[in-house]
Parts: sequence; structure tokens; C-alpha cells
Amino acid sequence: MTNATAKADQARRSFLAKTLGAAAGAALAPGLALYTVAQARSPAQEVTGAVRWGMLIDTTKCATGCDACARACSEENGLHSHGRPQTDSQWIRKVTLRDKATGHVQSLPMLCQHCEYPPCVDVCPTGASFRRVDGIVLVDRHTCIGCRYCMMACPYKARSFVHETLEDQKPYMPRGKGCVESCTFCVHRVDEGETPACVEACNAEHHEAMLFGDLNDPSSEISRRLKESGGTQVRADLGLNVGVRYQGI
Amino acid sequence: MRILSSLKRAMPVVVVAMMVWGGALAEEGGRVSLPTLIHGKGDHCVEPTPLMRRSHMDMLLHQRDRTMHLGIRTRQHSLKECINCHVRPLADGSYPPITSKQHFCNSCHAYAGVSLDCFECHATKPEPDAEPKSFGSAAPTEPAPSAVVTAAERKLTAAKNPEVNPHD
Repeated sequence: MTNATAKADQARRSFLAKTLGAAAGAALAPGLALYTVAQARSPAQEVTGAVRWGMLIDTTKCATGCDACARACSEENGLHSHGRPQTDSQWIRKVTLRDKATGHVQSLPMLCQHCEYPPCVDVCPTGASFRRVDGIVLVDRHTCIGCRYCMMACPYKARSFVHETLEDQKPYMPRGKGCVESCTFCVHRVDEGETPACVEACNAEHHEAMLFGDLNDPSSEISRRLKESGGTQVRADLGLNVGVRYQGI
Repeated sequence: MRILSSLKRAMPVVVVAMMVWGGALAEEGGRVSLPTLIHGKGDHCVEPTPLMRRSHMDMLLHQRDRTMHLGIRTRQHSLKECINCHVRPLADGSYPPITSKQHFCNSCHAYAGVSLDCFECHATKPEPDAEPKSFGSAAPTEPAPSAVVTAAERKLTAAKNPEVNPHD
């Protein structure tokens, strides 16, 4: 080996070492960097795909008979009953599961699962049903024609149709007759760095069964807990990669 | 034939009657009365008045998609801020319904014969704790989206007198 080639080899080695080091740094840093971005987004900044909002629900902590999450949701988003429970809007509902063999009863909240591959978006003929880049699945009521295909496509029955003329809507949550709607993860709150109303209500009741956070950030609590103890997707067989995970079912 | 001739004789009477009746129907000045515009909280709007009159719907449309799909929640061109600033409580402390001519949006839309469906979904009264940002005293700080408000448009509209004639 000549002196020149030895030098070239050394240069290559140091280049490789530096690049690998940089790559490792990059792999470590995004979590931290993204966390800052997610929290400190200014109102003028677009949402980014670097974040994916998700929820972890621990059914062992969810109290049977408690519907604080559903009440908080209705209060926050201005969902009022019209005295027709069959058609009243329901963005989150408490479901009781009973194992027939053992008699074991579980209670859990069911809401829009904010799928990565949402069937509601696939079937929407107008593009009103869409997935925001940060993983929140929404209905753009400006383009929704109320055909309700999405309601039929959703495996979780997460969507509702507004049958009545509405008044006194919340300024941050416009809703109206003739449109389909569902849980928005309280997008207006999330955009301001807060958590959804249901999660806040659950924590206020000291159940702490619901955890909201960034699934893309390995250092977030939700990612940590999912890594430690795993989480179940409801109807995982459909391959929708849902954003809401359950523990204890 | 006799019917026709009697009609002919009656014609001047009918015409005069219609003129009197029509005159009574027309409001003062013989035209639809001008809207009474409710001034917002501050000294001036988020953009020059002539531009607002002409292009507020474009700004709102643009902002609507940016907010819905991109999560951009700037306040300058948001419908929520229009309401926060322009819808003022009545003497009894209540807010005028959107069907009333005392509602800022409807006062003008009723006059212009524009029917719109923003308020089938959107709130028609201010947020409970709404205090408009410093639009009133200081000049707007947020840059306007270039797609909506171009410099040329500003020049064009600034030449007009902003306050005098709501007919334009």
C-alpha cells in the first residue's frame, strides 16, 4: 500500500465515521427536536407529518359507570341531545364488554380511531373526509355532502350525522345539519398545545385511563408506555394502523 | 269589444293607482334603505375598508382551507375574528340573531341580496372571552397571503374613499 492510498483510506474512514456519527445523532435527535416542534408550533405554522397524534387507553383503569369523557366531549364540542338517542351525535361513547365464558366485565371508551389508512377517507366521494398530516382524521364540512358513505365504511361506528338544525355552536367547533362528524381529537385544543377534553376529564376524575401524545416521538410518555407494555389495536386484522391503542383488552 | 274599450278608458286610472301604490311601497328615497353598518371594536379593520368590502369572501375562503387542512390558525382573516370584533351586544346585552339586520354580516348581505350558509355551522356571536387582538390601534402585523391581497389590489382600492358610499 502506498502512502497516498493509505491517506485516502484514512480519509474515507474518517468520513465514514463522521457520517455514521451524524446519522446516529440524527436518529437520536428527531424525537427531541420533534417534541419541541409539536409543542411550540405558532398559529401561522402548518402542521407537520413529523408528529402523529395518538391515544392510549388503559381499560383496567377505566371505571364502569363513569362517563366523564363522554360528558366532557359533549360539553367541549357543544353536542346537545335532541331527545332522539338513536340519532344524537356521539363522538365518544362508553362500551361495556362482557366475556360470556367468565363473566368478566370491562368498560372502555370508543371513539374515532384516527387510522393511518382510514376507510372513511377512501370512500368519501368529495374529499371532505381527510387525514391531516399529523394523523388526525377530520371531516371538512365545507365539502361534505352528507352522503354518509363514511359512516358505513367505518368499522368502529365512530361517525354521526347531524339531522337537526343547530344553533349556538361553539365558535371553535362549527357544526351543522346535513354533515357527518366525528371525534377530532379536539383539534382546536391540540393546535394550541393542549390535550383533548376527554383526557382532561378522565384525569380530573383521577382515573388516568387515557393518555394523549405523539406516537412518532420515542421519548413521549405514550411511546414509552407502548414500548414497555404494548397496546392492542381494535380490529388490527384490518391493517388500518389506528392511532388509538388499548391496554387490558 | 265593449270590454276592451272600457279597459282602455280605465287604463289611466290603473296607471295612476299603480304609481301611487308603488310610491308608498318604496322606502325613503325610492330605494332599499342602506344598511346600518356596525363598526368593529378598534379604529380600523384588518385590511383597508374598500378591500374588505370587495374581497372579504376571498380572504375567508382562503383562510378556511388553510385552517381546516393545514392547521393554520392566524386570526387576521378568520371568520371568528370578524364576529368577535363586529358583532356587538344590543342594549339589553343580548346578541342580534343572524336573521336580524342588526347583525353586522346580515345587515349588508340582506341589502346586497346575498344569501350565504356560513352561519348554519359557524357561531354568530363572539366567543365569551373574546378580546380582539391589537387590530384596532396598531397596523396589522401579520402579512396578508399574497394570493388574496396583492399590492396592486391595495393600490387600486386605497384610491377610493373608504367611508362614504356603501353602494360600491
